Amino acid sequence: MADKTVILKIKRQLTPNGKSYWEEFSVPYRPNMNVISALMDIAADPVTRDGKATTPITYDSNCLEEVCGSCAMLINGKARMACSALIDQLEQPIRLEPFSKFPVVRDLATDRSVIFENLKAVKAWVPIDGTYDLGAGPRMTAEDQEAAYPLSRCISCCCCMEACPQFNEDTGFVGAATISQVRLFNTHPTGKALQRERLAALMGDGGIQECGYAQNCVEVCPKDIPLTKSISEVGGQVMKQALGDMLRR
Amino acid sequence: MAAPKIIVVGGGLAGLAAVIKIAEMGGECDLFSIVPVKRSHSVCAQGGINAAKNLKGEGDSTWKHFDDTVYGGDFLGNQPPIKDMCEAAPGIIDLLDRMGVPFNRTPEGLLDFRRFGGTLYNRTAFAGATTGQQLLYALDEQVRRYESEGKVKKYEHWEFLSAVLDGQKVCRGICAMDLRSMEVRTFPADAIIIATGGIGAIFGKSTNSVVCTGSAQSALYQQGCYYANGEFIQVHPTSIPGEDKLRLMSESARGEGGRVWVPKTPGDNRDPKSIPQSERWYFLEEWYPKYGNLVPRDVATRAIFKVVYEHNLGIDGKPMVYLDLTHIDRKILDRKLEGILEIYEKFVGDDPRDTPMKIFPGMHYTMGGMWIDYKQATNIPGIFAAGECEYQYHGANRLGANSLVSCIYGGGIAGPNAVIYARGLQASSDGNGHFAAEQKKQEENNALLMKNEGTENPVKLWRELGELMTKDCTVIRYNKNLQQTDGKLVEMLERYRKINLSDRTLWANTTVVFARQLYNMLQLARVIAQGARMRDESRGAHYKPDFPERDDKNWMKTTKAYFAPDADEPKFEFEPVDASLIPPRPRKY
Repeated sequence: MADKTVILKIKRQLTPNGKSYWEEFSVPYRPNMNVISALMDIAADPVTRDGKATTPITYDSNCLEEVCGSCAMLINGKARMACSALIDQLEQPIRLEPFSKFPVVRDLATDRSVIFENLKAVKAWVPIDGTYDLGAGPRMTAEDQEAAYPLSRCISCCCCMEACPQFNEDTGFVGAATISQVRLFNTHPTGKALQRERLAALMGDGGIQECGYAQNCVEVCPKDIPLTKSISEVGGQVMKQALGDMLRR
Repeated sequence: MAAPKIIVVGGGLAGLAAVIKIAEMGGECDLFSIVPVKRSHSVCAQGGINAAKNLKGEGDSTWKHFDDTVYGGDFLGNQPPIKDMCEAAPGIIDLLDRMGVPFNRTPEGLLDFRRFGGTLYNRTAFAGATTGQQLLYALDEQVRRYESEGKVKKYEHWEFLSAVLDGQKVCRGICAMDLRSMEVRTFPADAIIIATGGIGAIFGKSTNSVVCTGSAQSALYQQGCYYANGEFIQVHPTSIPGEDKLRLMSESARGEGGRVWVPKTPGDNRDPKSIPQSERWYFLEEWYPKYGNLVPRDVATRAIFKVVYEHNLGIDGKPMVYLDLTHIDRKILDRKLEGILEIYEKFVGDDPRDTPMKIFPGMHYTMGGMWIDYKQATNIPGIFAAGECEYQYHGANRLGANSLVSCIYGGGIAGPNAVIYARGLQASSDGNGHFAAEQKKQEENNALLMKNEGTENPVKLWRELGELMTKDCTVIRYNKNLQQTDGKLVEMLERYRKINLSDRTLWANTTVVFARQLYNMLQLARVIAQGARMRDESRGAHYKPDFPERDDKNWMKTTKAYFAPDADEPKFEFEPVDASLIPPRPRKY
């Protein structure tokens, strides 16, 4: 029997404005391979399945433990992290594509800096006075900590945005990850101080109202963050604030 | 007077801590990082962060934390800065708490603390199983705040190539490359802070992230910075071997009764569960009847190495042994170990409740790094360093949960000292020609790599480097092998000249970037190998069977390597350790 191989079909694009095209690769199979290790094999020996020399695949990666958020891509059509995508659990040929809703940098690497701009816009931080010694932070019940921790595990991978039907150029939707961070900081005893500004940033075009409740976000989130719950909770806060503002006018 | 301009290279905990301090002091700060800073390697730390807050009524104190750290480091660390760090640690926890880190809580709503290796006290604050991620995010958020106020400018997807030094060898800025456009550019600064983390890639596969190549440290070493204690490499006994990297398997698996074994017959490739008890070798239990599978980390690591490399009994002939939990009740496993078992399931695809885990010691951390003084300043004026990339706080062996505190503390010392240095800095007397010269040098370097028509494949050369260093330069060290290792490294540097890039395009070309890193890895590997060769004793993570004892008389010294450009190799000096506070005593747990 011939040695087992892994077949990958990879969508390539050499420059941000270049034309995309597909290349097929075959790499030797080993147990416990993930998509990243197949990409590493291609980098060591960049030859297509039909023997044509090509260039290594450009992709984002860093921790390879599903905690840095770098290696997000479409794998067999699904938005997910390449490090935790095990070859044994994927149908072959394995199709790798860059995210479709973010500018392609090259091959599978995309520019997802929009998430960091969004986090800036909603002031996703606790406004401390300074780093000098001011004693302990606010007390927090174990219950509150347990509610905050899952939200704080968001790795900014942008899978939820890629999968969302409303996240596109027309709506300018901010996306589930950012809304969930608003929920996180609005519950923090000190972070709460910026609640008004955060909610104001989520009003209007591209804000929370764009959500169409497709629930794709929660389905693709690699960290199982309760994104739809965050959206409904923050949605309620936004509504309340908008109403209050209207009555005060 | 214009605000001092500081460049910070690296956006992990140490770099971000430095940035926050600089911004707070009114400095102007440019932050360079290969990846968006929120994706830095600090996110990988799981266990926690040490600080003697003494919230459990145990009588813990910062002095005890200091003593544990010095003792754990086998008396190779300079004691005054370690003492300062331990005294600052409780305040650092308070600060992180104020920044919103979701630390686990006690029923009263106070911070919870747990036990970690190398101490008898509950001294480790933690946020679930992702403490590093939570800490990094807290600092990242504060930096984003300063960024939105225009006090910090980020250069993400940029890689540091070299420092710009003037004619007096004073640092005047950096030379860096845009990893997308491949543009090489220089950036002036009054001082720079290097916070570029670990060097795992020199060992091929490690628990480190992809960016942890040590390339920046090596480039600076080649420009004249001292590199200290390079031979001290921490290897964690139980990591999960992967095709792409090693991932950590927590010591708690053995704490709950996990047993380590290999098949007695070399090459036995039967399903582990079908191998009868009589044909399994529980070597830790046999060799260490008193402690069994719970011998200290370094002992367990050495034993596994011996079984794999001397007895050739690795599973399937590969460097792996079994860590078996299958004899333990599923319900107990789920209750006590669920979090870590999920990691194994997710990345290996097997359920460790049904199948023995395959584990092997993995390169995890470098205690050594850039030489710095007590102000985090290197020997080149204007260059500071903080975090794993420097050598100051862990001696010959790092205690668990001390890395996060040393990163934040070191960054917090480096930032203000860089600002103070910058305020007193005189303008360069010999003009700005060195900027153009450095840029030209680095551009030529790229051009040379791009047009080289050789036969050597950089990825394959790197894999060879990793195998060589892992075999001879980690756990068990013999002078003969180390001598040969250095010879092979020289050969590899020779072969590097014949490198052939598979990608010569001029946009987001990862191949040329990697080739550059590889050269720096090879140069730094020689520092590690030669340092290990010279140190004829056993201390902390450095173990030589031919010299099994610690030798304080001759070797209670910091190894300082410097690059001799004409000879193209490292030279060494040795500096006495400052043990002015705690007299050395034998390390016996």
